[in-house]
Parts: sequence; C-alpha cells; structure tokens
Amino acid sequence: MNAAQEFEAVIGLEVHVQLATDSKLFCGCSTKPSDSVNRNVCPICAGHPGTLPVLNEKVAEYAVRAGLATGCTINPKSQFARKNYFYPDLPKGYQISQFENPICENGFLEIETGSEKKKVAIQRIHIEEDAGKSVHADGYSMVNLNRAAVPLVEIVSGPDMRSSAEAGAYLRGLYAIVTYLGICEGNLQQGNFRCDANVSVMPKGSSKFGTRTEIKNVNSFRFVEKAIDYEIARQIQVIRSGGKIIQETRLYDSDKNITSSMRSKEESHDYRYFPDPDLMRIQLSEAFIQKVKASLPELPEQKRGRYVSQYGLTPYDAGVLTQTKSMAQFFDHAVELAKDSSLAKGITNIITGTLARLLNDSELDVSQSKVTPKHVADLAQLIQGQVISSTGAKAALNQAWKTGESVESIVDSLGLKQVSDLSSLEPAIDQIIAANPKQAEEFRAGKDKLLGFFVGQVMKATGGKANPAMLGELVKKKLSGG
Amino acid sequence: MDASSLQFNEIWSNYDQKKSKPSELARALLSKIKASQHGAFLTVCEDRAMEQAKRLDQILEKEGKVPREKFPLFGIPMGIKDALTIEGVRTTCASKILENYVPPYTATSVKRLEDAGVITLGKLNMDEFAMGGSNENSAFGPVKHPTHLDRVPGGSSGGSATAVGAGLCAAALGSDTGGSIRLPAHFSGITGMKPTYGTVSRFGLVAFASSLDQVGPMAHSAEDCARILEVMAGHDPLDSTSLNQKAPKNLCGTGSGSLKGLRIGIPKQYFSKGISSEVSQSVQAAIQKFESLGAVQVPVDLPHTEYAVAVYYVVAVCEASSNLARFDGIRYGVRSDRARELSDLDAYYREVRSLFGAEVKRRIILGTFALSSGYYDAYYKRACQVRRLIRDDFTNAFQECDLILGPVSPGTAFKLGEKISDPLTMYLNDILTIPVNLAGLPALSVPCGKDSQGLPIGLQMIAAPFQDERLLATADAFQKGMPS
Repeated sequence: MNAAQEFEAVIGLEVHVQLATDSKLFCGCSTKPSDSVNRNVCPICAGHPGTLPVLNEKVAEYAVRAGLATGCTINPKSQFARKNYFYPDLPKGYQISQFENPICENGFLEIETGSEKKKVAIQRIHIEEDAGKSVHADGYSMVNLNRAAVPLVEIVSGPDMRSSAEAGAYLRGLYAIVTYLGICEGNLQQGNFRCDANVSVMPKGSSKFGTRTEIKNVNSFRFVEKAIDYEIARQIQVIRSGGKIIQETRLYDSDKNITSSMRSKEESHDYRYFPDPDLMRIQLSEAFIQKVKASLPELPEQKRGRYVSQYGLTPYDAGVLTQTKSMAQFFDHAVELAKDSSLAKGITNIITGTLARLLNDSELDVSQSKVTPKHVADLAQLIQGQVISSTGAKAALNQAWKTGESVESIVDSLGLKQVSDLSSLEPAIDQIIAANPKQAEEFRAGKDKLLGFFVGQVMKATGGKANPAMLGELVKKKLSGG
Repeated sequence: MDASSLQFNEIWSNYDQKKSKPSELARALLSKIKASQHGAFLTVCEDRAMEQAKRLDQILEKEGKVPREKFPLFGIPMGIKDALTIEGVRTTCASKILENYVPPYTATSVKRLEDAGVITLGKLNMDEFAMGGSNENSAFGPVKHPTHLDRVPGGSSGGSATAVGAGLCAAALGSDTGGSIRLPAHFSGITGMKPTYGTVSRFGLVAFASSLDQVGPMAHSAEDCARILEVMAGHDPLDSTSLNQKAPKNLCGTGSGSLKGLRIGIPKQYFSKGISSEVSQSVQAAIQKFESLGAVQVPVDLPHTEYAVAVYYVVAVCEASSNLARFDGIRYGVRSDRARELSDLDAYYREVRSLFGAEVKRRIILGTFALSSGYYDAYYKRACQVRRLIRDDFTNAFQECDLILGPVSPGTAFKLGEKISDPLTMYLNDILTIPVNLAGLPALSVPCGKDSQGLPIGLQMIAAPFQDERLLATADAFQKGMPS
C-alpha cells in the first residue's frame, strides 16, 4: 500500500497578516518600511519605562473587516492580553496580543481544489503587535525596532486541510480576501503575509489526529506547499520505521527543501498570558459593525460570480482574474476603458494568455509591469475590429511589456496593421496556387480543409499582415477559378 | 525656614509682598537639601530648578503679584518620586538596573505641574520600583524619618514624605499601589492622597502594578494636595486607563468648618486586634472631632477585608513580573559587556537582571509562578474574583455612608532595620491601605495625633469613586477645625 492510501495528513494554518495602517498599533510611529535602522521608533514602541499603549482604532476596524469577510462572529467586547517571553527584539518583554475573547471567532473560508469545494473553519482572528528584528553582523547581535508594534491580525484555521494543495488554496484565498479588503498591502517579500503550518498524519479513516509539528514563518505560498509535502513525507517515514513524532517547532529551509527541528515542546515558552491592565476592552457597537459591513468592497468570490454572469467568462478564467486584487482591478479597468462589455472576453484572453505568461516568467505583479489596462483595452479593440491579428496583438503586447509605449505607436512602428486591401496580395496568391498544383486540384475536388493550407502559405509569404477571414474568401475565389 | 512656612498660601503671600521670590526660595531649599542627612533625594536638579525659578522671577516682576490664574502652582518648589520620568533627568526607580537611565520624555503629571509653575528641585528616593513599605528597599540607601532619624518614613514614597516632612520642599509627588502614599504620610506626619484610579495619568510613571498604581500629591495640608490634584487631574490621551471626564475643580477653600450631616462609616474590620492602642485611640479621637463638627457615625461592614492582602500579593506581583520584564539592558539602563551575540543571551539576561534587589526579585518570582500555566486559574483569576468582592463591599458600604474613616496602618514609624528581615510582617502593614487600591477608590491620610514617643499618626479617609473633591474638602475642613 502506498503512503497516500495508508495515511492522511491534517493541516491547520496560522497566518499573520500585517495591517496596512499608517501608524503602529499603540503609538504614532510610521509603519512604512525604512532603509534606516531604528528610524520609526519612539519611547512607546521601544518599551521605555513608564510608557503606555493607546490603541490605534483603525486596527480594530481592519480586524472587523477581516472577520466579516470570512463569516466570523464579531465579539462586541474583546480584550488584549500580554504574552510574556524574553527576546531582545521584544521591547517590553511581552507581546500585546489577544487570548481570551479575540475580536473575531468562528468563521470559514471556502476553497476549491480541482473540482472540489470545501469549507475550512476559521477559529479566530485576533489583533497583536509585531516584534522587531534581530540583525547579526561583525560578531554582534543587534536589534532593529522599525517593525516593533506594527499591527498584525493572526488568522487561525481549523485543522481542516488534508493536503498541501488545500493549504495552498486556503492561503491564496485568504490572501485575496485581505488584499481585496485593503487591510493588507500583500507584499510577501516584506513579510506582510506570513504563515505557520501545523502538520500531522494519521492512518486514513482515523478520527484521532497524530502528534503535530509546527513549521514556522514561511512567506511564500509555494514554499508552504513544499514544506508541508516534505513534512508529511517525513512524518510518514518516521511512523513507518517504527518511530514516534515529537511535538516540536520546525524551520523550513527552502534551499534544501527540508524542515529541521528548532525547539521541542519541552523547550517551548510558558507565555503566562493575562489580560493587559494598560488597555481597556475593545467595545464595538452593533452600529459600528453594520457600518463596516456596508463598506466592504466586492470580494473575490462575488467578483468571480459576476464575471461569469455578466461577461460570460468561464469559471476558470474568472478565477485567474480574481486571484489577486491588482489583477481584478486591472481587468475591471481595462473593461471600463474599452467601453464595450463585449470586449471583456477579448481582454480576458490577452490577460490570461500572453500577459499572464510574461508576469509568471518575471515573477512580477501586474501592478509592477509596464503594461497598462489601456494597452490591453486597445489591443482587444483592434483585434475585434480586425485591424490587427491575434498574432500581431501578441507581438504588440511583448513590445509594450518592454517599453510601455502606446499601442498606437507600437502597431505603427512594427507595421502590424492587417492589410484589408487585398489586391496587393493577388500576385502572391497566384504564385502559391501555381506552385502547389496538386493541392489546388484536390481542393477543387472537394477537399475543403486545404483552404487553411493555402491561407497559411499566403500569411507566411506576406508576414501575417493579411486579415485572415478576408484572405480566406479571396483564396477560395482564386482556387475556384475566379 | 520651618515646614509650615512651606504652605502654598504662605509662599504666595511672601512672593506677593516681595519678601521672597522663586529663585530665593529655590536656592534656600537646594542648600537645605544638600545639608540634609535624610537621604530623601536621589538626584538634585539644581541648574534646572534655578532656571525654572529665574524664569518665574521675571514673570513675578512683570506681573507685580503671583499670577495664579495662569500659573495655579506658581513658584511652588516640589520634589518628584523617582518613579516618574522627566526628560533629561536621571530616573532610577531606586534601582541599580536603571542607575544610568535618562528618559527621553516627561511624565504627563509632572509636565502639567511644571506648566503650572512648579519648580522641580529633584528626584526623590523610594523603595526600589515602589516595592516596600519602609523605604529600606532602595538600592541607594534608606530614607530616614523626617524627625526621628533612626526610624523609617514609611514607603514606598518615603523620599517624598521625608522631603515634605523635613521642609525640603513644599510638596511632592508620590505613587500609591498598595498604600505607598498614605503609609509614609501617616508615618511622617504629612497629608498624602491617592486619587480615584484613572484620575491622574500614569503616562511616565514607571509601572509596578498597572491596575493599582496611581500618582498622588503629598503636602503639608489637604488644601495644598487639592491644588496639586486640580492641576494634574484630567484625561490624558496617552493613558488608555485615564478617565475621560472633567478634572475636579475648585477643591480649595471649601472647608467650611462644618461637616453637618456627613455620614462617616466606621468599618469594624479596621479596628481589629492587630491595631496598636495608641493608633486606635488617636483615630477614635479624630472620629469624635468629626462628630463635634456635625458628622454622624454609622457602622459599616467590609467583610472581605481579611482577603485583601492575599489578593493584592497575587495581583500586584503578577502584573509586576510582566511590567519589569522590559528591564533587560538591551535598549537602555545598565548593560552587560559579557555578551555580544544571541548565543550568549542567557548570560546577558542573568547578569543584567541580577541587578534587581532582593524584594524585587522575590516579587518577580512570585508573579511568574502565579501566572504559570496550570496555576493561573488558582491564583490570578481567583484573586481577580475576590477583588470584585472587595470592591462590592465598598459599593455596599457607600450606600450607608459618605466617607469611611479608619487607621492607615496598625502601628507608627518603626526603627530602621527592625522589620527588614520579615517580609510577611511588612506585608501586613498594608492591610488597611490595600483594599482601597483593589477597589480603585480615592483615599488620603491626614495627621490626627502623635503617639507617646512623639511619632505622627494619620487618619485614613476613604471616599466612593470620583468623590476626590468631597474627600479633600472634608479633609480640609477637618484639618482647619483641628487644634494645631
């Protein structure tokens, strides 16, 4: 029996989402990343004696947004707690977090893998402050507190996922939601969206979970999937060779694609949580919650539905377009510029085809590319108007990707306009028919499929500028002896 | 210059009559501080104080008389407990671990005082991190009683009490977590007040136990305490626990001499067998004085008083263990040169945190234990539940009475070193002051007599939440009605 038949994996994810507020969680310092070390620091976030935290109310609103978008119950009263542990990058010797009574509880996220849909429970969403960063150089350890007390929400899933693919789908879905909501900037490199994965395996069909390990702080979707796959395989191997899984925290090394032990449960901290006496409870009125609810933007799932029903896109294409907020915005903007919703399909083809490949190859987000919604709208229009061919459009997009110049000037400079006055092509057509007498004979005898062959040959000879439909008509007429 | 000439009215009348000016008073007190053997000051801000005083001299000259409208505490020389920060002035909390700490910001309470015309003479000695009742726990040596140098002034605001009592300043700021203003006021024969929790901003008060700490005034009279509180009180956007309500106003001069109809509650639990007979008699005499001024005595019951010390020594140490975690020598304070890298972190922490004194270590260990997984429910959570019962006791009592009167502490100022080796007895000293902090109430100690050795005795007056105004006004009336 192979591993997949014998064992089942159980995965739960804890995601730390950095909230896109201007100032930190408990003081007025900026949250913007800075190249200068310890620039965004004040006595409060440096934990000076006598300083006190004051809640940035925007943070509560953002957390409520996250909760409402994931079907959570919003607790009208929630409280902050101190999570006590020593580390040089933790200025107060405790992290202000939430323990009992988090701001949101009991939601879910629907994920789709292949053709299967599944609801993953979201157990809780709580607010907490980030720690600073330890830096090691020249034989010293140093601390940069720019990131200290930047606001986060931690979103904790149930142990509901059974494969790395499901975990990946959950993360991408959650990422789309928090970026759509505008509560997270979504910069993965800067750690705006970080994930800890709890992984265990159990005999298939069992209802008793195995001992879990926690993989810490992985900040790319692909690496989370690979780390989970590695960890599942490792655990199965340990069990099969008669070993026991130890409850521990493990780190993922993306270069070697392995996880390795960081600390065992025995070495883990006793955080000594207790309610933070420096902060009042967060009290949210029903009116406030309703106001936030009314201000929620269209979320990925709703957008997907609308793209299918309004523009007749396939669910697959709609899914690709809505995967990130920036992509959906790009698409919406292009459709708006095209002023004709019948162009939506053409726009979709360009985005999910050539543009998606370019983005993928360069690992860029659409917002970072030189290609604008205007480029795509213009190209779709030209294709529909049969001014350029789709081959020409591909060439134009490649050019726009490099230079960013306008479609009009690219079409001109590359001479991509299709030739609609076909009289200039007649000699070429005649020549090709003459050079292929056998095929011409077969066509006349009724082998219609050969029309494509002739059109292709002419296209090749004329550099693809001819309008294929009109060319077809003309070639047909010539072959038939007209 | 005796202590009574440092009453605010006296100071202002001297300024008005050109008998003195701020810089002269400041200079006189600074030299008195230098000559003093009390150990009350940890840092004397001579240059800073003289600069403030000279600026006030100019204003006085220009205005002709004390501009109390603009500067309600014009030219009042004060000392500040070393648990409160002043930008650029060393703040140690009487601890080795902060021996070199110079804060980059000023506490809200101090800022408000200085804006109102206070001259800050210096920073006052205390029990390390406000942990103690005798001021013997200072890393920089004990403070001595203002008039009996072989005795303790009480703690933890012992430097504040002695500085006022010995006439080294007109008033002082203290902080009160379990009696740290009232106990030294009682021992040292001055007036000290702990406001309702949240009345004075805690921003800039180095935290001992956040849910109990409160800054308060210590002075020669309830009237002067009121003047200080008036200036300090009021919402501070930098402290989430500061009350969002109007500061008490017009506290001064309300003492009419009559307390007609005032219902004074006498809790039997505050007169139990542990109280010394001299303290008890003195307080009884004060109660009679109240009656002679028109007040009516009513018995009240505070049945959960006996649990207060236990509750306090769970809540306070839990919060303290967390509050004091920031003292790791990484960002400020005394550093260790033992370690340079994370791999040596344990050695680093061990060296730096060994600088805490024995009492502070004891409380950090107790608090760490009580919050540990598996013990939280039995200690911290349970203590919070009983704390609520103690608060309910007061709520019920204040249905029957307007003020509660009782002793501050079972005895009077004891000898230096007498109880230092017996922390439990020391903890029991706080039995009558602790319930007030647990319930967040305003309370004060006013002098009401002396024992046979001439040691001062204070009367504790406790009011319902937000009745700070009434409390001070009543104390003022009592004080003015007392034969001095």
